[in-house]
Amino acid sequence: MTATLESPPAAPEADRRSARSLMDLVLRARELSIGGALVVLILGTWISNPSFLDDQGIKDLLLNSSILVLLAVGQSVVVITRNIDLSVGSVVGLTAFACGSFVSGTDHSALTVVLLGIGLGVLCGLVSGLLVSFGRVPALVVTLGMLYVIQGIDHAWAHGEQINAADVPDDVLGLGSGSVLGIPYLPLISAAVLVGTAYYLRTYRSGRELYAIGSNPEAARLAGIPIRRRVLAAYAFSGAVAGLAGALWLARFGTVVADAANGWELTVVSSVVVGGIAITGGVGTVWGAALGALLLTTMGSALVVLKVDSFWQQAITGVLLLAAITTDRIVNLRTTSALRKRSRR
Amino acid sequence: MNTLVKYLRWDTVVGVLLIAVFLAGSGTTEGFADTANLSAALDDTAEIALIALPMTLLVVAGQVDLSVASMLGLSSALAGSLWEAGWTFETIVPLCLLVGALGGLLNGWLVTRVGLPSLAVTIGTLTLYRGLASVVLGDKAVADFPETYSRWATYTQTVPGTFIPYPVALFGVLAVITAVVLHCTAFGRSLYAIGAQEDAAYFAGIRVKRIKLVLFVLAGFVASFAGIVFTLRYGSARADNGVGLELVVIASVLLGGVDFDGGRGTLGGAVAGVLLIGLLNNLLTLNDVSNEIQVIVTGLLLVASVLTPRVVAAVSERRHRRAATASA
Repeated sequence: MTATLESPPAAPEADRRSARSLMDLVLRARELSIGGALVVLILGTWISNPSFLDDQGIKDLLLNSSILVLLAVGQSVVVITRNIDLSVGSVVGLTAFACGSFVSGTDHSALTVVLLGIGLGVLCGLVSGLLVSFGRVPALVVTLGMLYVIQGIDHAWAHGEQINAADVPDDVLGLGSGSVLGIPYLPLISAAVLVGTAYYLRTYRSGRELYAIGSNPEAARLAGIPIRRRVLAAYAFSGAVAGLAGALWLARFGTVVADAANGWELTVVSSVVVGGIAITGGVGTVWGAALGALLLTTMGSALVVLKVDSFWQQAITGVLLLAAITTDRIVNLRTTSALRKRSRR
Repeated sequence: MNTLVKYLRWDTVVGVLLIAVFLAGSGTTEGFADTANLSAALDDTAEIALIALPMTLLVVAGQVDLSVASMLGLSSALAGSLWEAGWTFETIVPLCLLVGALGGLLNGWLVTRVGLPSLAVTIGTLTLYRGLASVVLGDKAVADFPETYSRWATYTQTVPGTFIPYPVALFGVLAVITAVVLHCTAFGRSLYAIGAQEDAAYFAGIRVKRIKLVLFVLAGFVASFAGIVFTLRYGSARADNGVGLELVVIASVLLGGVDFDGGRGTLGGAVAGVLLIGLLNNLLTLNDVSNEIQVIVTGLLLVASVLTPRVVAAVSERRHRRAATASA
């Protein structure tokens, strides 16, 4: 910054603009590189096995990824504020089971189930959010505790029983199997949530404030941002999305056991990290997170289609995960030093 | 009031809770205080307790290792497949420990050299090590370990004259060493410094990266050892041994009052946290309380453990302020 003062009067503006456009380019390039990897993966798999991209194949890909994409969007909003929500997997399990036992044997509509799921999810999110924002306790500990509590409640309630597809009303199952213009409902819902969240984060003042909180909480506080309220809202949103995911889980599978989505919390966090959202807060977009979720799901399907020995699949996923975050970090370092050089010139 | 607050540190509270659970248990539940039951209860926590030691050091230094349970699984799978291939246990164990140390080295390298956050790195290696475990052993289970080895890990054989099984005895020795290192040496103090303010620690001449690397290697090493204990204790080597255990270990350490943000906590607290969860679960099992309720209790304890000290601090601060305004 001091360097720009010494430059001739006309230069700083131009420099700043080019620096900004470079930064823009790199931020966009992050999503581009994940998107590129996704395209290469899909094309490569398609070439070696054309059935990967036939009608059913595409439908499967979309359906398989839509719940993970939803959860990744919710998690992103929390991680951007430099927090984390490890309880999402158990919230999905709980809402799926709760919705299932509420509707089984009745003729409730799909809308009721979705609203019930969202309501229950918001409730769970609010508890975590209140503890984190007003109790001022570390998010990882609180949501780990919530993970155990919700999982325990879920298991104690289900008691080894399961919801059967035969008892779930057709209207609800239709939400999971139906489609408009050939596109199933589930990915449409995920896309709607994704676009809405992305627009909110980019355009609204309160959305930008989430980034401010994540990148420097102390500065955000001094700038008069209501941190507690924003963090609470982020958790409520993450809970709502997890609740929606639970309702959709029921609609898609019909059969629900108590430990549905158990252990998903780390997969969701993985998607977010692969998608270029910094675990230290303040950086990243929900587009990236959604691409990360798509990439992880597609990788799983591709390895199956390519007949990779199933025992190798998890190891390969792990290596790609590490490669993604390492590349991201290196690109980031390069850009920072390039920007610094530019502003010095 | 002041002295009360001073002694009302959370790790002391956990210690008191531990004693309370023990007394309540021996008063109400027949068979709880029997040496055979205590042996079994202690032995059940062996792996969690062992891994909790390096995990405490890591968390104090502001780091975390989520890959430990996967390393336990990898070590178990490796031991199983080598045993099946006809290797002797005397060669299997050092090899597993070497793999554990190498896994820890990879974690540490990615954290210190590439500069990635440990949470992100170890989520990646969590997936990788568990994947390697299934590459090594597939979905098979190897179970034909001879009694001579498995006796060392189960509670049927204890240190002569006591009711303490060997893994727990080893844990006791290691816990004392770790406590001395953490609380009485310059190395231990430097961990607190790194956890509290990493940059400041660096400029104070502490070799931050070297120390972090050592901690991760240690965690991998101990996790692979815990894998061997797990394998022998259950008499079964499987790739999915100990799935999800990383969260239990971290929960125990945090329950003992070790601050996840780094720079605060004691080893005694962490050990008390491990034992409290172990003893409580054993007591609840003896009283036919279902596993689900035990999980809920663990979760509530965890939330309480982070919330209580802050509530106490807030209340005492408010009281101080009121006293100050009253005297003015």
